[in-house]
Amino acid sequence: MTISNHSLADKAAEAAARATPERLVGRVRALSDRAIAWLFIAPTIVLLLAINIFPLFWAIYLSFTNYRANRPNAEVKHVGLGNYSRVLNDPDIWASMQTTAHFVFWTIVLQTVIGFTLAYLIDRKFRGHAFWTTLILIPMMLSPAVVGNFWRFLYEPQIGLFAYAISFLTGIPTSEIQMLGSVNLAPWAIIIVDTWMWTPYVMLICLAGLRSIPDYIYEAAEVDRASNWRQFWSITVPMALPFIMLAVLFRGIENFKMFDMVNLLTGGGPGSTTEVASITLKRDAFEAWATGRSSAFAIVLFVAVFGLANIYVKALNRVKQR
Amino acid sequence: MLKQWIPLLGATAVCAFMSAPQAAKAEQLTLCWAAWDPANALVELSKDFTTKTGIDMKFEFVPWTSYADRFLNELNSRGKLCDLIIGDSQWVGGAAENGHYVKLNDFFAKEGISMDDFVPATVVGYSEWPKNTPNYWALPAMGDVVGWTYRKDWFERPEIQKEFKAKYGWDLAAPKTYDQLKQIAEFFQKREIDGKTVYGASIYTERGSEGITMGVTNVLYDWGFMYENPKKPYDMQGYVNSPDAVKGLEFYKALYDCCTPPGASNVYMVESADAFKSGQVAMQMNFAFTWPGLYKDEKVGGDRIGFFPNPAEKYHFAQLGGQGISVVSYSDKRDAALQYIKWFAQPDVQAKWWQLGGYSCLKAVVDAPDFKTSQPYAPAFLESMAIVKDFWAEPSYAELLQAMQKRVHDYVIAGKGTAKEALDGLEKDWTEIFEEDGKI
Repeated sequence: MTISNHSLADKAAEAAARATPERLVGRVRALSDRAIAWLFIAPTIVLLLAINIFPLFWAIYLSFTNYRANRPNAEVKHVGLGNYSRVLNDPDIWASMQTTAHFVFWTIVLQTVIGFTLAYLIDRKFRGHAFWTTLILIPMMLSPAVVGNFWRFLYEPQIGLFAYAISFLTGIPTSEIQMLGSVNLAPWAIIIVDTWMWTPYVMLICLAGLRSIPDYIYEAAEVDRASNWRQFWSITVPMALPFIMLAVLFRGIENFKMFDMVNLLTGGGPGSTTEVASITLKRDAFEAWATGRSSAFAIVLFVAVFGLANIYVKALNRVKQR
Repeated sequence: MLKQWIPLLGATAVCAFMSAPQAAKAEQLTLCWAAWDPANALVELSKDFTTKTGIDMKFEFVPWTSYADRFLNELNSRGKLCDLIIGDSQWVGGAAENGHYVKLNDFFAKEGISMDDFVPATVVGYSEWPKNTPNYWALPAMGDVVGWTYRKDWFERPEIQKEFKAKYGWDLAAPKTYDQLKQIAEFFQKREIDGKTVYGASIYTERGSEGITMGVTNVLYDWGFMYENPKKPYDMQGYVNSPDAVKGLEFYKALYDCCTPPGASNVYMVESADAFKSGQVAMQMNFAFTWPGLYKDEKVGGDRIGFFPNPAEKYHFAQLGGQGISVVSYSDKRDAALQYIKWFAQPDVQAKWWQLGGYSCLKAVVDAPDFKTSQPYAPAFLESMAIVKDFWAEPSYAELLQAMQKRVHDYVIAGKGTAKEALDGLEKDWTEIFEEDGKI
């Protein structure tokens, strides 16, 4: 079967070579290896420039203007650093940054602790562990839009399963369990959903870390009569740490720009309780149409994420070098 | 060589001949609007236009939650998707100043369409920019206003009536004042009716688009909230945040806290109608466009539903909804689009529009002797349309709206600060926006 496949592929290649016009063959032969390499990567570079680099530079330009996308005929004036000054002095923006920080901090803490614990348990290779691994991974395979919508129904005070379960356990009437409508509970409602959805992802990375630890290290530790507790803190955690840090980096970046789930669950409410930075940015850019100001805010966010990620990656490299 | 070309030319000629009649007939107009019940009625109505003119109608309907985003983006990018657009009343200022809509004065004059034939509030609300000047950018298309529905069948139950009278000392009926409305809502809150727990009222609380603003302004107007000093435009201090306006906002919060169903922190038109349809609430605040659908509903419609206009307080107003139909200036089919508007303005078409479930703004329809009895909700609609007031229709309406959404949602739903602080903050936000616009 393999042989016949090969012969078919060869025949196809020969047919393609025959079909290629002589002139084209000649031109390609005349190109250097470097030129051919450029030819292959050119479409990717053009796409990257068109949809990533150009918008970035355009946003930087707009951030210094008073441009509003809903007033195409209005005169565009340069405002210098005015937009940046306004963004950095806006208490609402700082409030949304605090909300974002709260969300990022708690989701990372919970996902790391639960994800690592699950990975540690799965790594024990008990009976049926493959089945449980698959089952645990299901939430991260779902679309955030689907997750947001069905959790909204689960949290529904009158018909939601979540409210029913809490009511069953605590005796509090379901009508009083308002996860999404309560100022105190709404931020936690979002943290719970994000943790439910993305803990499997952290678990997967941690599992890769745990499985990369060679068995002989544990065997040597056992020969030295190290307790399980000692093995855990002296071998498992330090050797899995780069993986855990990587998971924290990925989740941190991802949650810093979290939009879809928050938008679907609370829309930033009640009031502005769950208004994370990306929601504020969207409102400023596409509802208030303050394009210049929102571009400045986007650049500030970009620099913040980029800067923090860089510092973190340096720390990660230091841990890896140990 | 020629022999090779002859069959090709022949085939092309045949194709051209065969497609010629279709090409002449194939003119198609795209009308953009929100996806809701009246849009379905318009599809039905527009079949007559196609029959009469041979112009096909295509429709782009977008759900309310993304209606403004979608179509304002389309207009701002000078897109050619819509030939005709039924845009929200507050868009008219921006659309006129940014050149999105075709000015219709000359067309109206040429075709003998007079704005005097339409309900005055709808002309000001949907067509004019600047307001109260004879500059028309739309034909009033769909009259709408915030009003209330109630469970007539519950209100009429003798045991409920008896208990209510004993508690409050007056006969349970559709409320005329806000005190009455709140008493009724409190009375029904968490009451067991037919073995089910029901709640007082569903009111607008939505944060994402314009929901809570429409609900709050609907109540605040009656308490004395004004957008600006009537004698000095854009002077808002003491009008937006007057003591009466503060009291009105406190009332709205009190109504939300005492008498809405659990989890009603993000409710707009659809959610409010759903709360009513599912038998959760005794009263419901909603735009009049929902009334025909609710009246037809098997569970809560017919004899079980009643309609009433906004209650009165110090003043008597209601929040205007509805839209005018405009020709998009970027359309390549401007003449055909104007032809549609001419057809739509005809009295017989407007009469059919009302019959199908649209709310006509033509005086000949709404002032007809049999209009009040034509539908059970017609009297409440007429009464409400006579007392309408609208949100800012300035070019910066989107920012003005966002500021109000944030301020009032923070106070009413999240309980942040006081009503005075919320309205003081709003006045400050609005002043900044108008200063940026160079209007102050």
